Order: sequence, then C-alpha cells, then structure tokens
Amino acid sequence: MTTAGTNRIAGKGRLTPANTVRFTFDGKSYTGLEGDTLAAALIANDVHLVGRSFKYHRPRGILSAGPEEPSALVGVRRDAARQTPNIRATVQEIHDGLDAVSQNRWPSLAFDIGAVNDIGSPLFSAGFYYKTFMWPKVAWKHVYEPVIRNAAGLGTAPEEPDPDHYAGRYAHCDVLVIGGGAAGLSAALAAAESGAQVILCDEKPSFGGALWFEEEARLDGMDGYEWAQQTTDRLAVMDNVRVLSRTTAFGYYAQNFVGLVERVTDHLAAPEADMPRERLWQVRAKRVIIAAGAIERHMVFANNDRPGIMLAAAARTYLNHHGVAVGRKVGVYTANDSAYAAAIDLKKAGSDIPAIVDIRDNPDSVVVEEAKALGIRVLTGHAVTGAGGKLRVASMSVEPKNGGSAEVIPVDALLMSAGWTPSVHMFSQSRGKVAWDEESQRFLPGTYAQDCVSVGACNGTDGLAETVAEALDAGERAAKEARAKAKKSGVKIKTEGGGKWAGGMIGAGPGAGAGKVVKAFVDYQNDVTAKDIRLAVQEGMHSIEHVKRFTTNGMATDQGKLSNLHGLAIAAEALDRPIPKVGLTTFRPPYTPTTFGAIVNHARGKLFDPMRCTPMHASEEAAGAVFEDVGQWKRAWYYPRPGEDMHAAVNRECRTVREVAGMFDATTLGKIEVIGPDAAKFLDLLYTNPFMKLGVGKLRYGIMCREDGFIYDDGVVGRIAEDRFHVTTTTGGAPRVMNHMEDYLQTEFPDLKVWLTSTSEQWAVIAVQGPKSREIIAPFVEGIDLSSEAFPHMSMAEGKVCGVPARVFRMSFTGEAGFEINVPADYGRMVWDTLHEHGKPMGMCLYGTETMHVLRAEKGYIIVGQDTDGTVTPHDAGLSWAVGKKKTDFVGIRGLMRPDIVAKGRRQLVGLKVKDGRTVLEEGAQIVADPKQAVPMTMIGWVSSSYWSENCGRPIAMALVEDGFERMGDTLYVPMPDRVIEVEVTNTVFFDEEGGRLHG
Amino acid sequence: MLLIHCPYCEEERPELEFRHAGEAHIARPADIASISDEDFAQYFFYRDNPKGLTFERWRHIHGCARFFNAVRDTVSDKFVTTYKTGEPKPDLAEAANENKPQAKKGRGSK
Ligand SMILES: [Zn+2]
Repeated sequence: MTTAGTNRIAGKGRLTPANTVRFTFDGKSYTGLEGDTLAAALIANDVHLVGRSFKYHRPRGILSAGPEEPSALVGVRRDAARQTPNIRATVQEIHDGLDAVSQNRWPSLAFDIGAVNDIGSPLFSAGFYYKTFMWPKVAWKHVYEPVIRNAAGLGTAPEEPDPDHYAGRYAHCDVLVIGGGAAGLSAALAAAESGAQVILCDEKPSFGGALWFEEEARLDGMDGYEWAQQTTDRLAVMDNVRVLSRTTAFGYYAQNFVGLVERVTDHLAAPEADMPRERLWQVRAKRVIIAAGAIERHMVFANNDRPGIMLAAAARTYLNHHGVAVGRKVGVYTANDSAYAAAIDLKKAGSDIPAIVDIRDNPDSVVVEEAKALGIRVLTGHAVTGAGGKLRVASMSVEPKNGGSAEVIPVDALLMSAGWTPSVHMFSQSRGKVAWDEESQRFLPGTYAQDCVSVGACNGTDGLAETVAEALDAGERAAKEARAKAKKSGVKIKTEGGGKWAGGMIGAGPGAGAGKVVKAFVDYQNDVTAKDIRLAVQEGMHSIEHVKRFTTNGMATDQGKLSNLHGLAIAAEALDRPIPKVGLTTFRPPYTPTTFGAIVNHARGKLFDPMRCTPMHASEEAAGAVFEDVGQWKRAWYYPRPGEDMHAAVNRECRTVREVAGMFDATTLGKIEVIGPDAAKFLDLLYTNPFMKLGVGKLRYGIMCREDGFIYDDGVVGRIAEDRFHVTTTTGGAPRVMNHMEDYLQTEFPDLKVWLTSTSEQWAVIAVQGPKSREIIAPFVEGIDLSSEAFPHMSMAEGKVCGVPARVFRMSFTGEAGFEINVPADYGRMVWDTLHEHGKPMGMCLYGTETMHVLRAEKGYIIVGQDTDGTVTPHDAGLSWAVGKKKTDFVGIRGLMRPDIVAKGRRQLVGLKVKDGRTVLEEGAQIVADPKQAVPMTMIGWVSSSYWSENCGRPIAMALVEDGFERMGDTLYVPMPDRVIEVEVTNTVFFDEEGGRLHG
Repeated sequence: MLLIHCPYCEEERPELEFRHAGEAHIARPADIASISDEDFAQYFFYRDNPKGLTFERWRHIHGCARFFNAVRDTVSDKFVTTYKTGEPKPDLAEAANENKPQAKKGRGSK
C-alpha cells in the first residue's frame, strides 16, 4: 500500500509514486498521483460510489475511463465563480487543491431521500413526462415542474459570471488527424513525413488511445504506450505539424471545417492569470483522417448500474496506466474476447478473479486458454442475471443462459464487455452515411460526403497490424491529395500483439429479456432500462427517433455513446424487424459537451459587438450627454443640466432650439457619394422623386421604395455637380441602402455609368438649427453667401468652415431655419467645439436625439422604421407629393399600382390630438372606433410616435389609421388597461403649419 | 462555414465575407410599369425554393462587393459552380452530373 490509495498496486502503471496530489471529494481529503483522473484517484482510494442517477437517484459509480462516461458526473469547484457541474470524473485530471462534489443527492451521497423514486419507479417509466404530468394542466406550473426541476437537475449552475477567458484561433492545414491512438499517430506520421501540413488532436492528456491499456501491444519493438509518446515527440518538433493534446474534435461542419476545443487550464493547480481556460480551434483541412477508435459497450442485465460494475477495458486502463486495481475479487461478464485480457491483467496483478462469465457457448481463442491456464474459472454459455449490493456491487448471480439454477458469486467489482462500437460520430457529422455490416453487427462508415477517410477501429478495422497499415496508407494518400508536391513518407512501423475489436452482442442479456421487470440499464445517464424501450414499442413507437424521444434513450449529454446500439437492438427485437430497418439516429455536434465560453471565446462583453462613436463623442460626454444605443452607434440622447431629469432637459432643449438655436450631432446618418455621367438618371430610378432636373447646389428630400412600393428609406440628396450627388440615408439604413443601390447598379442597370462610394465614416455632420443658427455659424464660414436670398432653404454649397473644407446644407429636420455642416471626420470635434464655444453665450444649447425626435414630430416629419413598418407606401405616409407623377420608371412604380395598394382601407399616417390635453399616448397603443364593442375589439390602427410637446403645450402623436385621411376631425379611442383615451384625428403638422420659420 | 468561390476575385473565401441575395435569373421587366398584376406577382413574390440544385445570387460584400450567381445543392449545401452576373444559366443536367462524383464508399458499404 502506498500513500496514494489502498488500491494502488506497487510496480504497476506509468505514474510516479512520489508525485502525489491532494484533492477533496465531498469535503473529504484524498491523495492521488500526478496523471490520475479524478476517477482513477477515487478508485485508488476504494471510492466507487460517486453520484446519484438522474431519475431514480440510484447510487452510481464509475463506468468507463474516458470521455464516453455517462455515469460518474461530478461538480468541480475552483472558487465561488468557477463551479462547473456535470464534469466527467473520467476526464477531469486531478491537481493539488481540486475540489469535487457529487451531484443529485440530498442530504448525502450514501443516504439520498430522492431514492424513493427507485421504489416508486412505475411512475417514472418510459414517457412518464408525457403521461404522468399532463393533468390537471394548472398543476404543471405549480406542482410538477418545481418538484421535477428540484429533483431531476443534474448539478448546480454557478451563480456568478464566468471570470475565465477563452481564446479562439483559426487554422488551415493539409491534413487534420482526429484521434491519436495507433491509427491516428501512424496516419499523422505518414502525412507529416510526406511533407504535408498536419494537425493532430486527441482528447486525452497524452496520446496512445487504446495503447493506454493494451499492454501486450508493441510497436517498433517497444511498449505501445512508450511508442506513442516517442512518436508524439517526433511529430511535435516537426515544423509542419501541430500536436494538440486535451483537444476534442467536437463538430464536423461543411467543407472539412472542424471545430476543436483545447482544454488549457482545467488540469492545473494554479493557472497563470493570462492563460485562457479553453481555446476554440476552427480548422479548415484539405483532408481529414478520422481515427476516433471504438467505445466498449456494457452488458444489459438487472442492476448493472451498481457502483463497482464497469467496462472491462476501463479496468485495464486503471490498472495498466494508473496502477490501480478496481477490486480484489473481480467478476467478469463478457460477450467477446477483449474482457479476458482485463481478467488476466488483474489476476497477474494479484486480484482474485472468481469467474469469467462468457455468454458465448464455445469461445475459441488463445485468451480463453490463457485465462484457464492462470486458474481462472470460465463459465461459457452463462449469463449474469443480476448484481447484489447497493452502494457497491457485492455479488453476481450467474445462470446458464438458457435457464438453470443460479449461483451467487461474491465480488467487489464486476467487469463487463458486450463488444466495441466503432466511433462513427465524426463521420456521421460530416454527413457521411453509415451502413450496417450484418456480419460484424456494426454500423460502419458507408458513403462519404466530404474529403475525409476513417481508419482503424472507427472504420471496423480489427487488429493492430491492419490498423497501422491502413493508417499509414491513408496518411500518405491524404498528403498526396492535399499537396501536389508530397513525397513518399518512407514510414514503416513494425507491430506485434494488440487486441481485436470484433465480436460481442447487442441488446439485453438473459434475465433482462421480454417480460422481465428488472432494472437493466441501457442508458445510465437518463435512467433508461430495457423494459422502457420495449414499453415504448408496445405503446406504438415504431421508429428509433420516436423510441428515443419517448424513452429519452441516448438523449443525455453523453449522446448514447454506450446505449444507442443496445437501445436499437432491443427496439428491433420488440418490433421484430432487422436493425437497419429500425434505423440509427444521426449524430450531431458536439461530440462531447462543449462550453459556451469556448464557443463565444473573445466575443463577449465589449468585444461582443463593435461600438461606434462619432468624432464629437468626447466633447458630448464632457458636456454631460446621456447616450443611447442606436444600432452599434452611441448617440447623445439628451444633455441634462444639474437638477434636470430627462423630461426637463428635453423640454428645455426643445424650447431653446425654437427660441434661439441648438446644435445636434447628425454624423451617424448614412452617406453615399453617387458619381458619374448617369448619376442623376440612376437616382431617378432609385427614388420615387424626380432627380433629372435637380439643379446643382440644390437639395431634395427623397423616398426610396422597394419594388412592392413600400417605403424602404428616406433622406436628403444634394447635387454637388452635374455628375455628383451627396446622398444621405437613415442611420440604421446606411448599409442596406448601399447594398440596395449596388444591387440595382450591378445587376439591373449595369449600363449606367455610375460609381457608388460609402462616405458615412468620412464626414462629421453638425446640425445647427434655430432662429439664430445663421448668426452662430456665419463668422466661421468662408466662400458661401449664407443670406436667405443667395442660400435659401434646400440649398447646398461647398466652402470652408473653421478653415476646413466643408459641404454646408441649408436644411432642417426641426422646422426651423438651419444648417447641416459636413466636414471631414477628423475635423468634426474641432468645428463642434468652436461653434459650441461661440454659440453658447448667444443662448444656443446642445440637443440630443430625443429632442430631435420631438421637434421633427411637431412638424410631422416621419422617421422610417418608426412611422413606417415595411407596409407603408409614400401615399399612406401622406407623401404623395414626393412621387414623380411624370416618371415612367422607378423602383416601386409597379408595386404602387397593385390592387391592394390603391384600394380603400389602407392605414394612413395622421396626427392625433389627445382630448384631455395632458395624456401622452403610449407608442404602439392600438386605436379603435368604438370603445364599447366586445373584446377582442376591431383595431383600426396604432400610435407610431407620441411625445409631450413643450412648444405646443400639449401632447402630440402620429398614428397609422385605416382610411385616416378621411377621418379628419373624427373622434377615435385608445383603450388602455385602466381607461380609454379619447383622441381627435388631425393632420400631422402640429407646429408652424404654414412653415414660415423654415425660411427665416 | 462554407467556402465560396468568388468569380470576380477568382478564389475561395469564407462564407463570412458573403451575403446571400435571393434567387438568381429573375430579371426586372424592362416595361415594369405596364405588366399585369400576375406578371408582377411572378416577378416579385414567387420563388422556386427547390430541394436540390438551386440558382441563387450572392454578394461578396466584404470583399470585391460584386453580386454574382451560384448553383448550390440545397440538400448537401455544396456549391456546384459560381459565375458572373450576366452570364447565362449553366446547363442543369451537366451541373447535376458534375455534382455527383462517384461517392467514396467506406468499408460499411459492400
Ligand atoms: Zn470577390
């Protein structure tokens, strides 16, 4: 006995006895060895009971020694924020201070109240969710769901945000090799020595795959595992190879795009702060070699879930790699040869093997003879029909498989092997079609959909020599296909020994067959028994997809790596149909559970989405602006002064703009420079308005429709020269308008000589609006006569402002006389600051988007996307004047003639006057003609814009109302939860109806 | 993530650089203002949505910014070919054949 556990066998395993590690499980401290998984270290300390099952709360142990583990799920905790539930104990490496806890038990692992579910289990049989908890409906929310959530949750989610960071990388290679056992290493070596760029990954901490436990395998004359380490070292130093351990290929996507996740720090006691916890690799490979191996299946018999019952090869891993004997009195139940090796290894290491129970009648193999020669009792044609013990297996009941008297054999561990299932997950994810191989009773890669190839056990290749030969050939071929200049690798590998992967059984064993009510587990993680699957068939589920959903077989986080085939075979037997006719479900990513952290990696927090700021942002911030998000933009919303709330600030800003002047950052507007001899013709086609005759130096408000006639965007267009226009779009519409224009230019009107350039980021735009706007900007403007006569409303000119080149627009989105000054973005802040400094003593204020919204609404100017919803035509919006009557073509011309568009009953944009003069309507509120009608009422429209207007001294609103233009003066109603608000239909101009202020 | 061959850049680039732009080979009628309601509906509203080979438009929006056409299999997601705007529709039968190389058979399909 060493300090690292009572079950540690001196002289066995590859770990160094001096390198001890202290860890805790459920608060108790244990010692393991560096290189142990949590599972290995617990078994070394004779702990087999590690959790409670999902549905029945049955005591559960460790089933496997790898990522396929369905049963030994624990919580691992580093600190308060770093608590990860459902970690497979067979994957988690121990480190000093590792703190693991069992899950799904209360109050303690050994005494769990939820275990009454096991006794009351008829309630929880297949389909129990569908049947038991359906009625009465109200009970679901208040009774069933809380109870189920409380009882059935696996593990506890952390309550704090994840403090770790995760990295992401893209990689390209000639050959990606998935899996680093004998097959993967051989393939990678052949490809690498042929000159290909190779990435090799394996989910375990070190390479070798089955060589971890296959002690008799020898490659190039050395121990298989040792060969694997030397080969890895040889590959790792090659410039053309990247070797990734602890790296799982979890998803195989289109065109050989494979997602890998590398676990960087979970095995470290004290990771450096700058290390990512995990790293996502997005690999594009010219060729993929899948060397994923095979997964051993369990035997399906009564109480096959008792702690201490595990897969035979897992026991070999614990013994041959970790130096841990899983028991002192170990029974073996098998349907193939490979479990014999486990018995032989354990026997040689000093464990007692009371019996090998072989379901086959006449197994004919050297290992059988070898076992007998060691004095092991071999019972052929026998079955294990039950297991004794509760928190740990204590015995196995053995019967002749065709009936007879049972013998109870005491054991403290029971190994089982039903055979090996080729891991076709990645192949299936690549959209390859698996095919049933009748002879070996396995699903194997059938038709390939991508440039990949499967080698070794996942391809149904049995034997080490055959595997290595196939892998070397595949590696060399992949290199040649990916790289014309690939040379011959010259790699040769000598092999001796090695196990076979063929043979075995699928489905339930004797004692768990039809008519038996025992709990013989097929799916450990979801607590699905053989009986559940038969019940599903009995209740009418005839396809494996239905059986799967009804029973939840294979639907847990392990995705049925052990259970799928058994489930399928039991269903096929119950249906009396051949297995391939019942079907295998498709495998989907991820292969094993993958963290969201790895998937989003850098794209969180500030890096989730770009933040766009205008050049004047810092000045606005300094002026106390409150910002709002408009798409990716940060826009100044309002500028509160001390003591002001939003309402007060906006009221003051609104008044000041109309009484004196205000300055507004309009930089976020989209801007497109349209250049070329056909520029006017192009705009004439893209906008409803006529553009051919727009004079140089003039502005026009334009509406853009789609072909269906609905408003798509709007903006002011200025003609800089005969062949040059400055187009503005809405803030949110900038990219799509550019796309829309490019689409027509490139594909419908390619003969037009026009070039489009997005200039949204190039110009800073400063709007100065109000009676004093001219006075404020005049001292800084050179080369432009700003007088109303020379520069009337809707004019534009190029000149200089504050000494820098500028395009000055005389225009208004407020109804006041005003200017929009465009200067190169880099000068934006300087011009803004200069004008602000000058205008402030004159009474000018800064105003934000909220005031902009109110002022434009006072004038009835629409905002596309607020007062339109994609079903509003220019006519509906009261903008018929903007549709060129004489034009013979423009985008939307035909759409505007459609019967539904010209029919009566369309929703039209009108103003609403709230009769009480006080209530600000809710935007989005519905409008009815008769408030006394029965619910549900007939709604005839909705409120699109609504504000308190300080300038009008009352609330104002716009709404889309059925036949609104014909309802002027009518009274309509806005029903709210607590009352009905009376409104009068008006036009949409609430302030300065004659529009005289524009021209001041 | 798909790789898409841009016929203007003449190379395969990742899908992130592209944007889908609807069905291809639907020309805007030259006399659009005078076509019937039915013809307008066919032009603007109706789309094929086939299972199998489809003709569609893509734009290399974060690259050369050009619109182009593609033939893609909606079942396998595989691009059969891409070609420039204005070039004729490729022969479907030929494209279908090209799209069906003898699928590689694995050990499981004897
Ligand atoms: Zn391109």
